[in-house]
Amino acid sequence: MATKVVERKPLSIWERSYLPQVVGGLKITFKNMFKPTVTLEYPEERPEIPPGYRGVPTLVRDPNGREKCVSCQLCEFVCPPKAIRITPGEIPEESESRHVEKGPKEFEINMLRCIYCGFCQEVCPEEAIWLQDIYSLSGYSREEMVNNKQKLYELGGTLPDPYYKWDRKKQAELEGNPHH
Amino acid sequence: MDWIDILLKVIYALVMVAVVMTIAGYSVLAERKIASWIQGRVGPNRTALPGLSALPVIGPMLVKLGIWQPLADGVKFLFKEDPIPGHVKKFYYVLAPMISLAPALITMVVLPFGVYYVDGQAMPLVLANVDIGILFILAVSSLGVYGIILAGWASNSKYPFLGGIRASAQMISYELAMGLALLPVFMWFAPETGGSLNLFNLVQAQGNHMWGVLPAWTIFYQPLGALIFLVSLFAETNRAPFDMPESETDLVAGFNTEYGAFKFGLFFLGEYTHIIIGSGVFVTLFLGGWNLPWITMPAGILGAALSILVFLGKTCALIFLFIWVRWTLPRFRYDQVMTLGWKKLLPLAVANFVLYLIIIALIEG
Ligand code: SF4
Ligand code: SF4
Repeated sequence: MATKVVERKPLSIWERSYLPQVVGGLKITFKNMFKPTVTLEYPEERPEIPPGYRGVPTLVRDPNGREKCVSCQLCEFVCPPKAIRITPGEIPEESESRHVEKGPKEFEINMLRCIYCGFCQEVCPEEAIWLQDIYSLSGYSREEMVNNKQKLYELGGTLPDPYYKWDRKKQAELEGNPHH
Repeated sequence: MDWIDILLKVIYALVMVAVVMTIAGYSVLAERKIASWIQGRVGPNRTALPGLSALPVIGPMLVKLGIWQPLADGVKFLFKEDPIPGHVKKFYYVLAPMISLAPALITMVVLPFGVYYVDGQAMPLVLANVDIGILFILAVSSLGVYGIILAGWASNSKYPFLGGIRASAQMISYELAMGLALLPVFMWFAPETGGSLNLFNLVQAQGNHMWGVLPAWTIFYQPLGALIFLVSLFAETNRAPFDMPESETDLVAGFNTEYGAFKFGLFFLGEYTHIIIGSGVFVTLFLGGWNLPWITMPAGILGAALSILVFLGKTCALIFLFIWVRWTLPRFRYDQVMTLGWKKLLPLAVANFVLYLIIIALIEG
């Protein structure tokens, strides 16, 4: 293999005095002083969160206001640190979506345990649990850090639903074709 | 001396301490702000005083500039818990921060900062107009390093110890070049000052003009001497790129590793006071003190105030230089510091000295 020897000129006395480099450096830093800053004034200005960000897990409703979770407890099962605790409940007789049969009576995610892995979102058959763009949460006590069902829906809000699976199920049932 | 005189002196001294301490506090702010600007950040811009910050326009602007930050810093240093580690030599450990601050405050006694004309007679504005001015400064300011050495030794742990050793080695290496760079200055102005080491006379001599145009500031006649002195000043004040004793990359925090709260604050303040006094000395020796080229100060109080302002302005410019250099240059390696001191600056200072000996002999002879 051929080796290439790079010629290095010996430094002149002027260069060895450090001075030209020092002056050059000073010039650069002086110019930098007048450039605009890149700081984001955090609490007032927030960074833009890219789509697909894995923030705090939340529960969402479909555009009709129905809660999507059917309390299948898959997320509870898959959650690696066991952050989720679900108490399943029945959907009351008089409800519009009675045919869904099950919904969570209580749904708790312990944010002191959650590792933001996103498994719950991935496993959910109903697309009911989403990791959205909330990234900063704090509290004064451990209890405060456990998000209950109400809080989860507050944080989650409503997401668009292209399927309306349960609406179609109901319609099919009415038309006499329960297996759709 | 009357008791009134003594009282006046005490009041003057207190005022001066207050002024220097304020400047030191605000140099810290300047340091943080300038560092931020150089790095594209904004720096401290949140500290607000209740009431004052509510003023329209000015209030928020002052907050943005971080004007109240030094107050907050000071209060924080005062109220922090002040632990003393179990393994230190307690007496010297407590003594060290005081020793590092005191010499800086003592040197300002002989530093003339303005001029006052009474019946055409120039009177110095200085706490003590002693004839050995510069010797006093050199002698006392070198004592500051004892604070660091003592801190390093009393902390009884390895990083502070290395920091202390470095501080003393560095002090010895650069003191020589510094002193040698100073000699030609005083020889140059010997005809005007009568050969005394008085700083006030030296500054007054720099108020003249060569051939009526060129201001007689030393820096114009002895640029090399000025450079050597400046570099030595950086080394003596332990500022980057010569901050060997602290050098947090290899020594954790150097001599003040074991210190916290107010004792650390004293070291901090000591460093900045040293910078201020060093800048003041450089302005006095090389930048013509309170003289402005081609302008004669008006007499009376106005002239006195103006001269103080000019002196302060020049000093602040130099403090800015100190900060600017710190955020530009990387730290030297320890062996580079020693090489620079002994093999480059010292011979250069000697050559400079001999050169001006010959020049002065030629001019006078
Ligand atoms: S993101 Fe991961 S850790 Fe957090 S609740 Fe979902 S499955 Fe559990
Ligand atoms: S959130 Fe999804 S996975 Fe979890 S219980 Fe509800 S439906 Fe099942």
